[in-house]
Amino acid sequence: MTHRREALLALLFALAVLAAAFAAPWLRFVLTLALAKGIAALGVMLLLRAGQVSFGHAMFVAFAAYAVAFLAGRVGDALLLLPLAMLLTSLLGLVIGLFVARYREIFFGMLNLALSMVFYSLLEKFYSITHGTDGMRVPAVTWAGMATERVGGEWAVLVAALVLAIGFALLARLYLASPLGEALQGIKTREARLEFMGLPPRRVLLVAYVLSAAMAGTAGALIALTTRHVTPLMGYWTASGELVFIVILGGAGGVLGPFLGAVAYELVRVYAAASVADAWQLILGAVLLAVILFARGGLFSLLRGRRA
Amino acid sequence: MGITRRDAVLGTAFGGLLLPSTLRAQPVQRPQELRIGITTFLSGPASVFGVPGRQAAEMLIDEINRGGGIGGVPIRPYFVDEGPGVEHLLGEFRRLVLNERVEVMLASISSGSCLACTPLAEELRRVTLLWDCGTQRIFEEKRYQYAFRTQANATPEVLAPLLYLLKRKPDFRTIAVLNQDYAWGRDSWELWRAGMQALKPDARVVAELFPRFGATDFSTEVTRLLALRPDVILSTSWGGELDTFIRQAAERRLFERSTFVMPLAESSLERVGRSLPAGHIVGSRGDHWFQHPAPADKARLDRFVNNYRQRFNSYPIYPTYHMYQALSALQAAYAKAMAGNGGNWPNEQQLAAAFPGLEFDSPTARMTIREDGQGLEPQLIGTSRHTDALPFATLSDMIVFPPELVTAPVGRNSVEWLRGLSRDILDRVPAPAG
Amino acid sequence: MGAWFADNGLLLGLALLDGLASAALIFLVAVGLNLVFGVLRVLNIAHGSLFAIGAYTAAGLGAALGSGALPAWAALGVLILAAALVGAVLGPLIERLLLRRIYAEENVLQLLVTFALFMMLEDVQKLVWGVQPVHHDAAMRLFGTFDVPFGSDFIPFTAYQLFVLPGIAVLVLVGLVWFLRSTLSGRMIVAVTTDREAATAIGINADRVYLLTFTAGAVLAALGGALASPTAAIVPGVGASTIVLSFAVVATAGLGRIEGAALTALMIGLGRSVAVYFFPEAEVLIPYLIMVAVLLVKPQGLFGTLETRRI
Repeated sequence: MTHRREALLALLFALAVLAAAFAAPWLRFVLTLALAKGIAALGVMLLLRAGQVSFGHAMFVAFAAYAVAFLAGRVGDALLLLPLAMLLTSLLGLVIGLFVARYREIFFGMLNLALSMVFYSLLEKFYSITHGTDGMRVPAVTWAGMATERVGGEWAVLVAALVLAIGFALLARLYLASPLGEALQGIKTREARLEFMGLPPRRVLLVAYVLSAAMAGTAGALIALTTRHVTPLMGYWTASGELVFIVILGGAGGVLGPFLGAVAYELVRVYAAASVADAWQLILGAVLLAVILFARGGLFSLLRGRRA
Repeated sequence: MGITRRDAVLGTAFGGLLLPSTLRAQPVQRPQELRIGITTFLSGPASVFGVPGRQAAEMLIDEINRGGGIGGVPIRPYFVDEGPGVEHLLGEFRRLVLNERVEVMLASISSGSCLACTPLAEELRRVTLLWDCGTQRIFEEKRYQYAFRTQANATPEVLAPLLYLLKRKPDFRTIAVLNQDYAWGRDSWELWRAGMQALKPDARVVAELFPRFGATDFSTEVTRLLALRPDVILSTSWGGELDTFIRQAAERRLFERSTFVMPLAESSLERVGRSLPAGHIVGSRGDHWFQHPAPADKARLDRFVNNYRQRFNSYPIYPTYHMYQALSALQAAYAKAMAGNGGNWPNEQQLAAAFPGLEFDSPTARMTIREDGQGLEPQLIGTSRHTDALPFATLSDMIVFPPELVTAPVGRNSVEWLRGLSRDILDRVPAPAG
Repeated sequence: MGAWFADNGLLLGLALLDGLASAALIFLVAVGLNLVFGVLRVLNIAHGSLFAIGAYTAAGLGAALGSGALPAWAALGVLILAAALVGAVLGPLIERLLLRRIYAEENVLQLLVTFALFMMLEDVQKLVWGVQPVHHDAAMRLFGTFDVPFGSDFIPFTAYQLFVLPGIAVLVLVGLVWFLRSTLSGRMIVAVTTDREAATAIGINADRVYLLTFTAGAVLAALGGALASPTAAIVPGVGASTIVLSFAVVATAGLGRIEGAALTALMIGLGRSVAVYFFPEAEVLIPYLIMVAVLLVKPQGLFGTLETRRI
């Protein structure tokens, strides 16, 4: 696909999101969550380029969300909270990345899973600080110093999510086209060759890992600002599975894929839950199965037509 | 049952005479149907409560609609699954209010869901009845204009069994706790300990066990409790976990070594059958018991129990009574709001204004909602016993605690109130019956 | 240290007994997952669903037959029958209809096929068995209790957990090792686990091996569930919590290694029960801490060998 076509598609997508949010006010919330999850899924997609599946990235989402919940009382402005949460999550990503970047495939996936489950348990164990499964309320925040009521706040966070989504999509595109990004493919296929080229695979993976943590952190902060209530469930392993699910649903072939996947995922879930409240998982699972079996490149590849 | 234009005109005129013009609100058209949203667990472990809650709602709404609905308007429920978590729930809450135009929400079994929904309900100005969640934090930390609870909260649900224990077994020395590791398990223990420190400061806590939420095996915990031989074992667990704990403890004769206090065991009695021996303390998160010793209206209780049994082939458990209470409160509030509005359909402020001080019927009692939105619900605690009539344990020596005795007063923090209790409260506990 | 043991030695003894029973169940579930992963290289998330379906079926079958003419001693047989039934029906069905189509695909797609299946089966269980906890404890009652002396006191254990579960786990372990070493099918499985390409090159029918292994894994998952059903109430969501634990075992054990799964299950089972006595709050963390610690020292798992690097 040409750059121009992809840019056009992204523009159409952004306009569609805004139009839908305008036409149906309740969709603002759902679409903001979808954009946030799309950002986190974009990070997971970077790792998938290296052939590594993380089953623990919801930990970074939850970490950032709790960071926002704790800091919002002191740092009351969303425009400060967002970069702060992203920074803290990147640091956590660096520390954990230094450890897990040594591992591949199932060990990489399972270590991420294990660490996220430890984090999830700690959120429940430190009950006196986090209120466990009851979760924490996120205090009201200002946007660039301006206080907002419900509708204004919902628009603010939706627009912020859209801007960040576009920003990260561009960043991911640039990164994937750079030598460091191209090297990810090498980890998947020929790791030893990377070393001959003077690119230590661990460092290649670490850069992608920290980037993906930063994206998951941004997503977590956005989700916290949207739902205004954070719970440990955000970091449970099924939430991590959901992110991988979104990438595959949307297609890992381009940076738009995760966003298409996230919007489709949220909408399918909402409509499935609205029509059959007690069998929505059945429908969601069937949709995923159908995509994998019959539309392997995800929604993104359907949009751009059959792969050449 | 339709309302004619003449009725409406008359009603408006009548209302206009009674109400000072400043208070007169925008007239609201009587809707074709009264849409209500009900959030409940339809997936995951808590669906053991959520699905009976929904069944009760369907049964009761059918009954109400057969009787002409509320003020001539039939009810149409929209169910939402709490299982996927807060994000999904808040999205659905918005969809129901903004898109489906539901007039009232019945929110949540999980306390986390209630804590997340209530502020949103306030922002959306939609009357929300907290129909089953237990956390006492909601109305103690903040005042709400649109949220009301149609049942008790964790404080009476924990204090009543504590008082019952102190009455029945005043000289116990040691106690151990085994609760699920999540908010209710931790909160209920904090409340219990606060009350116990005030009323029986010499009791020694020998073990605090919080197995993982959703655990399927407690044999290690049972072994440890067998070795410790505490006089009393408290467990506020529920669902599959309580069933498993009771069966494993029964098989290994832990019930012979310690007296169990299980404030939620009523919901497990029918399933665990004869595994639960006689002589242990059982609660039901309220006064919910099909053999209530002194129901306000016996025919009403029997009708509810029999209808439920006929339709779903099991005895109703506490969430079904809680659903009854929420729908009963809703009927009473609409009646009160319409009466105050000249027989016209109320708007959301008028409906919300009907709840503080509202009186309504539960299957077993006449209940009220306090000015802070908290419901006052009696608590029934009893001791398990076996008879030949039923294949599971029923209750003897039941005490029905009046809500005023066991609920923290308006504006008081529960934990501080419990810490300040004096032993006089024991003298005010009613005598057992049944 | 000596003084600590004098005070707590007896408790430690009890903890070890408890740990054995829970290790046995962990082993039964995880070994099937590990076997499947070793051969198919698919991490089957729906393994947790098979566990739950095995448990539901066993409890249902037990309740249906238990009220009839069946003698009490048959209770254990019913459990095993239920597991075999579930595994033999669902195993081939899932392998033929779903997994076979995606062996050539990327890992992540295989993983997600099983994730999708897991989600669907969660709802299917609910539709079939409802949401009320299901339970049938004839097998546990059948064996009664066994009193273990504890100082001047005694502690009743269920013989089912003290002897039957560990006994079956050992039988399965020995049986699997014998099967893999001494039968033709077993050797084919080992050959495919060690080097898939070489194995197919020498004429091993990989399709058949895959089918056989997946069915065996499904039977083992269902057996884990069936054997857990006499002591545990089965509720919605039980599959999700079982599968995470099994993942930890597989990664710690080393891919496809039976003995690794046994040792890991033992470490987790004992670690958790010791934790309940001495640091109860750390109990849930034990499996993950063991996994992280093992992988720090042995990056390929306890018994894992370095795979040939692709150059």
